[in-house]
Amino acid sequence: MKYLRTFAEKCNGCNICMSVCSQLYFKVDDPEKSAIKVAPTDKNTFTLSVCDQCRRCVAECPSQAIIVNMQGVVLINKALCINCLACVAVCPTSTMMTWRGGLVPFKCIACDACAKQCPTGALKTETKED
Amino acid sequence: MNDNESKYDIEKIRKAHKVLKEFTYELKPVVKGYNDRTLYINLATLEITIKPVPAEMKKKFIGGKGYDLKLLWDAVGGDTRWDSPENEICIATGPIAGNTNYPGSGKSLVTTISPQTGIPIDSNVGGHFGPYLKFSGFDAMEIQGKSDRDVLIYIDGNQGQVQIMEAPLEATDSHVVAEQLHEMFAANEREKQHVSVVSAGRGSEHAWIGCLNFSYWDKRRKLPRLKQAGRGGIGTVFRNKKIKAMVVKYSGLTGKSNNPVDLETLQKTGLKLHKEIITLDDKQCQMRTIGTAHLVEIMNDYDLLPTKNFRFGSHPEAKNLASWVWKAMFTQNVPDGCWFGCTMSCAHGIDNFELRTGPYKGHKVLVDGPEYETVGGCGSNPAIFDPKAVVEINFYCDTYGLDTISFGTLTGFIMDCYENGILNQERCGGLEMTWGNWEAALEMMHQIARGEKFGLIAGKGIKFMQEYFVKEYGADAQFLKDIGMHGKGLEQSEYQSKESLAQQGGYYLTNKGPQHDEAWLIFMDMVNNQIPTFEKKAEALHYFPMFRTWFGLMGLCKLPWNDVEPADNAKYPEPNKVPEHVQNYVDIYGAITGEKITKEELIRQSERVYNFQRVFNLKMGHGKRVEDHPPYRAMGPVTVEEYESRAERYDKALQEKQNIDPAGKSTEEKIKLLRQYREAQYESLIDAVFKRRGWSSDGVPTVEHLKAIGMDLPDVLALVKQHLPKTQEPVIAKEDARNQPAKAKKPKKTSAKSIKKPAKKGKRSAKSTKTAARPGSKKRARVLQKPKRAKGVTLKAKVKPAAAKSKAKKAKPVKQTKPGKTSRLAKKPKPIKKSKPVRKAKPTKKSGLIKKAKPAKKIKTIKKSKPAGKAKPVKKAKSKKK
Repeated sequence: MKYLRTFAEKCNGCNICMSVCSQLYFKVDDPEKSAIKVAPTDKNTFTLSVCDQCRRCVAECPSQAIIVNMQGVVLINKALCINCLACVAVCPTSTMMTWRGGLVPFKCIACDACAKQCPTGALKTETKED
Repeated sequence: MNDNESKYDIEKIRKAHKVLKEFTYELKPVVKGYNDRTLYINLATLEITIKPVPAEMKKKFIGGKGYDLKLLWDAVGGDTRWDSPENEICIATGPIAGNTNYPGSGKSLVTTISPQTGIPIDSNVGGHFGPYLKFSGFDAMEIQGKSDRDVLIYIDGNQGQVQIMEAPLEATDSHVVAEQLHEMFAANEREKQHVSVVSAGRGSEHAWIGCLNFSYWDKRRKLPRLKQAGRGGIGTVFRNKKIKAMVVKYSGLTGKSNNPVDLETLQKTGLKLHKEIITLDDKQCQMRTIGTAHLVEIMNDYDLLPTKNFRFGSHPEAKNLASWVWKAMFTQNVPDGCWFGCTMSCAHGIDNFELRTGPYKGHKVLVDGPEYETVGGCGSNPAIFDPKAVVEINFYCDTYGLDTISFGTLTGFIMDCYENGILNQERCGGLEMTWGNWEAALEMMHQIARGEKFGLIAGKGIKFMQEYFVKEYGADAQFLKDIGMHGKGLEQSEYQSKESLAQQGGYYLTNKGPQHDEAWLIFMDMVNNQIPTFEKKAEALHYFPMFRTWFGLMGLCKLPWNDVEPADNAKYPEPNKVPEHVQNYVDIYGAITGEKITKEELIRQSERVYNFQRVFNLKMGHGKRVEDHPPYRAMGPVTVEEYESRAERYDKALQEKQNIDPAGKSTEEKIKLLRQYREAQYESLIDAVFKRRGWSSDGVPTVEHLKAIGMDLPDVLALVKQHLPKTQEPVIAKEDARNQPAKAKKPKKTSAKSIKKPAKKGKRSAKSTKTAARPGSKKRARVLQKPKRAKGVTLKAKVKPAAAKSKAKKAKPVKQTKPGKTSRLAKKPKPIKKSKPVRKAKPTKKSGLIKKAKPAKKIKTIKKSKPAGKAKPVKKAKSKKK
């Protein structure tokens, strides 16, 4: 499956990835609307949270709005989503995202846009066995 | 056949439709959870109209069951019977219903005048019909009048159209008609999830225990699923009106369909509960993997699983019906909820189940469940311990439109009568109704569906059978009264209440009969001893029925309230109320409606409707104290066999509670003494509960109380005044007084202490008693609902209140064990222990019975009728064949 692999030790906390993601999908620069989250730790390092395409949400979705594409990436069909947020609750990595006032959750689809802009090589789109 | 190919000739079925009436209406959005209009349909006149909801109705009745009851009240008179044209079927949701954020928000509430009880029944059911009806524009719908031909009612919530049409070719049985109609009204596979069907089944045409099936489309299985509005015979009324099915179609559901005022709070609260369920369910009730059937072994371990018509509370073979058996049979094993966004997902299904009997023999079908009540009712109670037999009974009950609880309880009653010689093969239409004979039980059900032989008698329920057996077979009326597990005409649901006085009240001091909808207090009372005094029991029998009524006002499911609990629930005061979840309800009510309420006002909302329903019973000629008594088997041992199966407990109770030395006394004598005491206790409980509820000693809500709670509608007050004594007993009239625990008349400190331990003995009970104490833990169970009413036969209290008082005085003061703070029950199912040998083979000897008990046979085949003479002679026996 295709997924965004993270190398937290290389992250410098520039947050460019969050800007790229939110601008690409929501047309705003807003970390709340980014599918990748960068958070500082108390040791001057950073954690990176992003979907690993584990598919727990696919089984949970009551309207079968969440599907897996040919490349193994988990996608949300907005037309079928009934906004229950069960997928958000079940996500083991807390990377099925919501924003205040939003109805449909969103997530990383391994589009590679952020990885391309990352100045330190902390993000890379890769494939792995299912 | 490929996926898109139909099993049915849908076009032919559709072409046979003849539209009798078409009605269009203006589509409007739901605002703050309400449409403020209801739909009225009359099948006789073909009138279809929309009624606005007056402000006062909204304020006092809130929604859901409240709306249903108000509409029904306005439609019927005191002389209306279940099959009168003016009787209605009302279906409503509630302001919170249909939201997709908070688990358990998809319930419909259905009411009618019940064929079984003659008073309003209300049933709470999942499936998509109610929410789709709401988003089609109606907070409730009422169907009045009777058609002279089979009709289909269709509501298109996107086009704003209602149609009544002749429907001659659709199947009647639910699993077929639901599939046909999902297919017919959906333009393509994707649209099937936008359709929901309500149907009954051919059993509902002949029985009084008919239920309604509400469907939802299971996208994974590509089949409709069925959830039941089970209790009280609503399906019977449905088919009596010649409704074959009702269909609603609505697409466009979102998280904002209710137009809530505060979406963020709604989402946040829902998400919190979703996470709680996903994190804790495996460690608590396992609703997501097993559902309510997780209770079977727990009930068996605690001697609470009804066995052999409620004689006993456990059985060695119960392991065959334990949760792990169902878990192994359930297929798919994915979250399986009956409404979108319910992560509790307690619905489970068995795919490709091959039927062994009946008209669908050899078919491989999808069976919903079974749930605990079905396992208890159709499994352990008639001593059927073959899980496949239980699944088949479950399937046929559903598709025929029969209530599994009533069917199970009445089958246990019939088998008890058979063992006692009141019935025999001839009287049972050729069936050998011995304990465990599942083939006979199923054939009886097929007889019900075909409307023939013994099925016609059995399907009318226990109350009818009691009268019939006395009249036709000269059976002992008192014995039948003692062992007939119904109240007000409704069969009791599947928990043993013998050792829990509070649970007896929970079942029988109810508005509609002994169901599991109002108060489930067994663990609080008997295991944890948290409510030892009459005052505490009365408080619980006030609070919990009121709190649970609120789910019915909102269109909510009760399970997410206490079948999962916050991890730190036990550290809060009154953990059995699950305070954090109560606050959730207060919050989401405010988030959707914009009305800020407190948890006290939440109870008040329910109290208005609860009291209204009690007064409604009065309107229908019932609703007084005399109808609030259990059959004695719900209170204690009726027979020698039952007494001796728990002799140690009962002997100890005689000694400790009544100061009677059991030594040297015959079992019959001890049964009598125990009965006097328990019946007196129950009378004292009634006194305390009525007082707490603001009712007269006869069970009539007082004028002062109705005024205090705001249910002082002129016709309600006028009605109660007819039933109150001239100088009205001022019970609890004032607002302030309502918060004071009522005091039982006398035995201030009398308690049901004898019940403090679970029936199971040994290490487990001592330990479990503590662990189980945690209210709301997985051990806690479901509920019961309504109080019984006897029609025709009024129950005489064995001990009059005065006597009850004096007895109660003698009782010892209660020692209360430490409530709460105990740890959760063991999460893993414990092995079922062997039952006590005592209960094995003793022949039943009921007090004052007509005939001797015959030992139960294990014959599983349906034999041909034997001559009636084989049965023990029965007084006035007639070899009457139906």
